[in-house]
Amino acid sequence: MPTDHIQYKYKPDNLLLSEPNKFQVENLRSEEMILNLGPQHPSTHGVLRLEVLMDGEIIKEVAPHIGYLHRCFEKHAENLPYNQIIPFVDRLDYVTAMNNEHIYAMGVERMLGIADQIPKRVEYIRVLVAEMNRIASHMIAIGTYGMDIGAFTPFFWIMRDREHILRLLEWASGARLLYNYIWVGGLFYDLPVDFETRCREFVNYVKPKFRELEVILIENKIFIDRTANVGVLPLDLAINCGVTGPTLRGSGLRYDLRKVDGYSVYPEIDFSVPIGEGKMGTVGDCWDRTWVRMEEIHQSLKIIEQCLDKLTGEHKRTRDFDPQALVPKKIRPVAQDFYVRGEIPKGELGFYFRADGRSDIPYRCKCRSCSFANLSVLQEISKGVLVADLIAILGSIDIVLGEIDR
Amino acid sequence: MPEFDQLVSIVTGACAHGCTVEQHSTPKAFRIQAADLLNVCYQLQQNPSTYFDMLVNVTGVDNGVEKGTMDVIYHLSSIPYNFQVALMVTVARDHAEVESVTHIWKAANWHEREAYDLLGIKFLNHPDLRRILLPADWKGHPLRKDYTHEEYYRGIKIEY
Repeated sequence: MPTDHIQYKYKPDNLLLSEPNKFQVENLRSEEMILNLGPQHPSTHGVLRLEVLMDGEIIKEVAPHIGYLHRCFEKHAENLPYNQIIPFVDRLDYVTAMNNEHIYAMGVERMLGIADQIPKRVEYIRVLVAEMNRIASHMIAIGTYGMDIGAFTPFFWIMRDREHILRLLEWASGARLLYNYIWVGGLFYDLPVDFETRCREFVNYVKPKFRELEVILIENKIFIDRTANVGVLPLDLAINCGVTGPTLRGSGLRYDLRKVDGYSVYPEIDFSVPIGEGKMGTVGDCWDRTWVRMEEIHQSLKIIEQCLDKLTGEHKRTRDFDPQALVPKKIRPVAQDFYVRGEIPKGELGFYFRADGRSDIPYRCKCRSCSFANLSVLQEISKGVLVADLIAILGSIDIVLGEIDR
Repeated sequence: MPEFDQLVSIVTGACAHGCTVEQHSTPKAFRIQAADLLNVCYQLQQNPSTYFDMLVNVTGVDNGVEKGTMDVIYHLSSIPYNFQVALMVTVARDHAEVESVTHIWKAANWHEREAYDLLGIKFLNHPDLRRILLPADWKGHPLRKDYTHEEYYRGIKIEY
């Protein structure tokens, strides 16, 4: 192994030049100081750097520095055919890959005009795996949030139960996190034989576990003390900042794109959209956001059960069913601008495509990332709080840096 | 829910330099002049019959060296009316400047910084126009169609 291959020349000022501070030491008044949080710190949920301007113990201003995980998704997408972008779409929000694929595939299908020909069984399988992944994502959100503010045990309980979801999805697709399972026009493969039974066993197993989780974490007095009335996000500010998902619903607006747009088979499924009610404090505080996620897990379980009913009844497995029957050999949409949006666990994920009608490669593919918009509200709601509350607020927004930095 | 014709009349009324409706766009898009942008955005957000309260996305598109233009596309969403629309502004490629809409929607702040970072579109009167995804000392704007990647960044060889 030749060591001279490493060509990095260390200079002490490299970091200062590549990511300079927003606040300068010379401009500080007395009692003020700059605190640097991250990028390598577990409570920042990845590689997020927060530059905090403090007055004593009170935060005056927060400047997030992002981009440490930038992987040029949009540049890659301009050089790849539509179907080969799907693995990159997985890697945007890497804990909810199925949801990302679902929305991406839906967008390309609508551009091609084949969206209404997709078989119902394919759509139900898509919703089934997407909702399983939504549960896994909310489990991560709640578990790591508990760990951020000092509750260690629930995280291990959650990881134990999340493992079942990952194994089921691995059984279906062959991968644990980044599936490439939902294709444009269909699926990679039908569900494995007996998947429905195992999935139902999992639902029955996990229901009491979530009740346990509620008792040990959500209704815990220490947890309530740390999160209730902290980081209150008013509704008008949330809308003005483009916040979506559980963070917006925690502020009390019943806005879920699964209901509003009614894409895929969601209109045929019975579920409700929980919103923050300020049960432990003010509407829109950190506790409300976490509680909304917890309630959404119950709703997702309800959706999964209904999908399983359909997949074993009305649209059950047949020998001649081919989930790849409609997968186009060549994806060449006519020249158009297209924006597709859908609800992933963190909020509204959107893709903007510009097709020139002459090639299989998008002329421009822009990803509207929900974590990106949600994180931008942090600097608005964390003025005048303590550092410990900043961590609580950041965790309650539930960001994934893979999607912010793209 | 506002009728699209009604929306056309509101946007046309707010434009001093005229506007056209883009035919091949979902959601429907208006192509307006950069000088009219602020007025149109303000009207669409404030008018009680449209009430576009959420700025969903700001996209920059480079149309290439031959055309010499860039598009800035604003996707707006009206939550009470459940209605979406897009605004499209074309700017010259070598003089890409457009007014910032940050004081109408705070959401624009980071989206505009991203368009500046990746495409080099300058947003006038933006409160904090710095690079957001790339390092501050990065050269060039990667999503421009004539961008060529550099071989070295601070002595690190970039292998593609």
